[in-house]
Amino acid sequence: MSTPHPDSPPIRPEFRNIHALRDLPSYRLPPAGWVSILHRVSGALMFVFLPFIIWMFDTSISSEYSFARFNSAFNNGLWFLPAAVVKLVTLALIWAYLHHLIAGLRHVYMDVNHAVSKEFGRSSALFTLALSLTLTAVLGAKLFGLY
Amino acid sequence: MSVNFGSKRIVVGAHYGLRDWLAQRVTATLMALFTAVVLLHVIFSRGPIGYATWAGIFVPQWMKALTFAVILALVYHVWVGMRDIWMDYIKPLGLRLSLQVATIVWLVACAGWAIQVLWRV
Repeated sequence: MSTPHPDSPPIRPEFRNIHALRDLPSYRLPPAGWVSILHRVSGALMFVFLPFIIWMFDTSISSEYSFARFNSAFNNGLWFLPAAVVKLVTLALIWAYLHHLIAGLRHVYMDVNHAVSKEFGRSSALFTLALSLTLTAVLGAKLFGLY
Repeated sequence: MSVNFGSKRIVVGAHYGLRDWLAQRVTATLMALFTAVVLLHVIFSRGPIGYATWAGIFVPQWMKALTFAVILALVYHVWVGMRDIWMDYIKPLGLRLSLQVATIVWLVACAGWAIQVLWRV
């Protein structure tokens, strides 16, 4: 490529594919954008941990003995994982479920009511983030035995 | 419409937007109702929740039927969501198709396990 003539207009920036590491951290997302990407992240998280979720369903429901094993995972750990890790994964799943549920209800509400004003999008997104994080904190405190 | 047959056939993707868009909302609503039912059971049970109270929720046949429907709804819902993720981020056709197949196998296997557990109570 030849160097542009000094008098020619400056080269305009070109925007091609988004580079995940170079570009994404500089993006400033509005609340609705955060709710949107976190909806995807929370869904993928629950997909990856689906066997753990079914394991919890299995052990908590099959028998008194398996119920004791279920309890033990949160007190003494599971396999080679300490109890704290089991609790952290569970906390992440609690957040993922709450966020996915509330953000999903927001979607359905918008679909049914056609309430797609810019202001409603913003306020409902902030409501989603606030409610899911608050409930996660409340349930997380219970999970870690703070009350 | 662009050519989508013969050697130009698109083998991965959605191609049926409305159906899956609607299915994702219907399955989501069913799962939200299920969440409400379980939550109400837990909230209105007396005393600390031990094994008997928790497992008792899933004993009635109607609850088994509902949970069974929810497991199937979950599989379809997750399939649509994960397929969208693969379509958005994975461009090479072979890799995308492999991941989509793996997702289906994974989900069907998980559903089988969950259904087996359900009828153990």
